[in-house]
Amino acid sequence: MSTTPAARARTQRDEQALHAALAARERPPRPSALSACLTFGWRGMLKIKHVPEQLLDVTITPVLFVLMFTYIFGGAIAGSPSEYLEFLLPGIMVMSVLFTTVYSGVALNTDVTKGVVDRFRSLPISRSAPLVGAVLGDSVRYVLGATVVVVVGVAIGFRPDGGFVGVVAAVALLVVFAFGLAWVFTTLGLLLRTPNAVMNAGFMGIFPLTFLSNVFVEPETLPGWLEAFVDANPISHLVTASRELMAGSASASEIGYVLASAAILAAVFAPLTVRLYRSR
Amino acid sequence: MTQSTLAIEASGLRKAFGETKAVDGVDLAVRTGSVYGILGPNGAGKTTTVRMLATLIRPDAGEARVLGHDIVEDADAVRSVVSLTGQLASVDEDLTGRENLVLIGRLLGYGRAQAKVRASELLDAFELAEAASRLVKNYSGGMRRRLDIAASIVVRPQLMFLDEPTTGLDPRSRNQVWDIVRALVADGTTVLLCTQYLDEADQLADGIAVIDHGRVIAEGTPAQLKASVGSGALHIRLLEPEQRPSAEQVLSRALESSVHLEPDPAALTVGCASPDRAAEAVAELTRSGIDVAGFSLGQPSLDEVFLALTGHPAEEAEEGQEPVAVREDGS
Repeated sequence: MSTTPAARARTQRDEQALHAALAARERPPRPSALSACLTFGWRGMLKIKHVPEQLLDVTITPVLFVLMFTYIFGGAIAGSPSEYLEFLLPGIMVMSVLFTTVYSGVALNTDVTKGVVDRFRSLPISRSAPLVGAVLGDSVRYVLGATVVVVVGVAIGFRPDGGFVGVVAAVALLVVFAFGLAWVFTTLGLLLRTPNAVMNAGFMGIFPLTFLSNVFVEPETLPGWLEAFVDANPISHLVTASRELMAGSASASEIGYVLASAAILAAVFAPLTVRLYRSR
Repeated sequence: MTQSTLAIEASGLRKAFGETKAVDGVDLAVRTGSVYGILGPNGAGKTTTVRMLATLIRPDAGEARVLGHDIVEDADAVRSVVSLTGQLASVDEDLTGRENLVLIGRLLGYGRAQAKVRASELLDAFELAEAASRLVKNYSGGMRRRLDIAASIVVRPQLMFLDEPTTGLDPRSRNQVWDIVRALVADGTTVLLCTQYLDEADQLADGIAVIDHGRVIAEGTPAQLKASVGSGALHIRLLEPEQRPSAEQVLSRALESSVHLEPDPAALTVGCASPDRAAEAVAELTRSGIDVAGFSLGQPSLDEVFLALTGHPAEEAEEGQEPVAVREDGS
């Protein structure tokens, strides 16, 4: 066994590179909690870049929803597809964005099962940063999902009276609520064992909650007991507020109700998530 | 401030998951600047011990100081001087190798540009430069493991936990990992190494604790440990199986030790204290007219160590870790 001089030189160079890389150097100053959050948000963006398939859920599905419901049920429910579209579109936007909040929990659970969380938890950074950063990063998807729905709606004849400003305001309100709701699913993400379990449990919750709202029909058409539930459902208020904002006539009470529910969800479930994450 | 010469001092560490006592009273004393091996089979409590010391889980009882910081009271201070390379290569599969390192660099406080420079430096040193822009999900096991270790030294820690760094790696990748560990130690990092392989502990560690069912059952230098087991075994293969009975006689006389007949009719194994005596015994066989096809002097395996220390082989205990830390799909 003889090593060629070239191979030996390479090994020596490798060794030097290794020792150079290991040499002690000054430790950088600790990043602020905000900067750590933003870094985790950046990680979310990279994942979107490398795994664009995951955007199918927030793009194709809502498009199908808009088209299917408008043309299949529009005539039956509202007399004509175009009239139903005015009513339906804000609701579909809300529904499809709220569905994607489940993925915040799925993603967190994936990080746990793959061991990535161990790496983050062994770093000297704020323990809530990975969570807050990830949920903040997800808001990019929310905006994307909402935009897709609105664009498709406009393409098939949706003309909101509130104009561009109204639509932007509705999307903003939706993103705030989604941010609050996502914490419910991150909690679930730390309680359940597999990403699939999180997905199933998440949709088992969010599916009925969005359908038992005023997304598709006026609550007055429902039996009394169901109407009562639908009226109390925060998602109904979110849908109403979105419709009003898009129509250019928002009422402060609806917006207040939505913001308060989002705040309550975040206040309960964000600390719970952080606690579960710390004590894992 | 008094500078302790111990990087890790642990006493009476305990952790149970439900009914399973994963760690049942572990004491450790690890000198600064050394490599300390924790040797044991799967489920012996190695990972749980390391996770407690790295502040990922809280002990139920007992206490430990890592580089002078209490692991419960001062967990944050511990985290700023240690790093952990866990059993599951804890890198993000959906990111490229470079992005993984930049991410960690940013989280440790490097600016964008500095983090990139540091990432390139590590990728070069760990022979990952060519794969830097590939997604980690397409990496081989060895590359993933090297990236994982690189991520652990973006800022060089004073103490590094390495949990089974070579399990599942091919021999070449294993040697690369060993070289990295040696370089780390030469540059002043203390390493706590969990392993299932006596060979690995022997190669790298200055001191070893053997752990079984959550307890330390033996402790010492690799040499002491091997001596307590009987230092090794001489494996012989004969050209002619018919000569085995006479070979058995010659060997048991030459080495004054009982000879084990292998299932292979041409092979036998005999306990042997030193390479010199092994060479003598082989020469004795040749002198007696027995044709030797091949021989090797092996180290005692983990099984033999366990057999000698506990009287039972290194069985795989119930995994005593928290459920989600165990990947069950085997992918």
